Amino acid sequence: MSQKKSLKQVLLDPVFNNNPIALQILGICSALAVTTRLDKAIVMSISVTAVTACSSAAIALIRNRIPNSIRIIVQMTVIASLVIIVDQMIKAFAFGLSKELSVFVGLIITNCIVMGRAEGYAMQNKPLPSFIDGLGNGLGYSVILISVGLVRELFGSGKILGYTVLQSVKDGGWYEPNGLMLLPPSAFFLIGIFIWVLRSFKPEQVEAE
Amino acid sequence: MDYVLLFLRSVFVENLALTFFLGMCTFLAVSKNVKTALGLGVAVIAVQAITLPINNLLFSFVLKPGALSWTGSSSLGALDLSYLGFICYIGTIAASVQILEMFLDKYVPALYNTLGIFLPLITVNCAILAGTLFMVEREYTFAESCVFGVGSGVGWALAIAVLAGVREKMRYSHVPAGLRGLGITFITVGLMALGFMAFGGI
Repeated sequence: MSQKKSLKQVLLDPVFNNNPIALQILGICSALAVTTRLDKAIVMSISVTAVTACSSAAIALIRNRIPNSIRIIVQMTVIASLVIIVDQMIKAFAFGLSKELSVFVGLIITNCIVMGRAEGYAMQNKPLPSFIDGLGNGLGYSVILISVGLVRELFGSGKILGYTVLQSVKDGGWYEPNGLMLLPPSAFFLIGIFIWVLRSFKPEQVEAE
Repeated sequence: MDYVLLFLRSVFVENLALTFFLGMCTFLAVSKNVKTALGLGVAVIAVQAITLPINNLLFSFVLKPGALSWTGSSSLGALDLSYLGFICYIGTIAASVQILEMFLDKYVPALYNTLGIFLPLITVNCAILAGTLFMVEREYTFAESCVFGVGSGVGWALAIAVLAGVREKMRYSHVPAGLRGLGITFITVGLMALGFMAFGGI
């Protein structure tokens, strides 16, 4: 069925219609942990998008040669190699950020989006559509990650990308930072609300009672 | 006594699911009823208990800087292979999950069918890899890593069973249409996490 979809649909579908976080419940761990600041969320989004797209393409290339019983190990090896590359790149070009992201770059390996796309799409499709599909899912992930990061940084510390937007009381302004936004539970609330908003616009995604 | 403390800490204070938010994907997707949730919880405990000690051995005898010195060769002894960490750990994890999958398929097909796609996804359960990464970061000994493996698995299983219980009850309440299912689950977990933060002071 997916073969018949145009490439544009393959790219755009996962962003809103079939969002990996909001609808498929994949890749949530990092969405919660790295969204306390917007810059972390952006770096994480780029890394995940790159890894998902490249790994899907690579796995689609060798899909006919992977024995079914050990496919997971093969997929993990491809993904883990790509993540090592990304990890080294971040260390080389953004060392400070790599310190803060620490474990979570490594945890891209276990990001279910990457694995889910490899298992669910790349194993049955040609390299190009798989690449686009990976890209689309990465973008869908980025949309949520970046919006959650934006809200948490803005209301948690009154800043966006380190620039002060809402002057906090401590610095002589009027805004009282909402400490809860910097604690992990707030990410749950925000994603929950995000899903609510998304589903209000797209009633067909509402789950049956 | 230390081991008991470590166990309790990994179950309650440093609960992988609720304080570090790891393994969320399966956590949210498979918590619709208590029975499946418990099955998955047991699978996670098993995988944690197997992979953590293995990865610990792998780290101390192969990957750590100077770890290969037991071979007696000085060129091997000088190697630092820690950058290969990710790929080795995930290899171990993927292998154990695959074995568990074959085992369940053969001997417990009912559970195998209920777990469906989520069994292979245990491999990409962040809780498992994170357990290993924490173990490496905190330099646990072999015995400690066994305890931590079981403890963190139990903590995760406990959290998913609790959430499944809450969700079973929630089926009888009127949730706004857009929040039904996933949305309200996120908010529930957020509240549970707030509750578990209380353990932080112990």
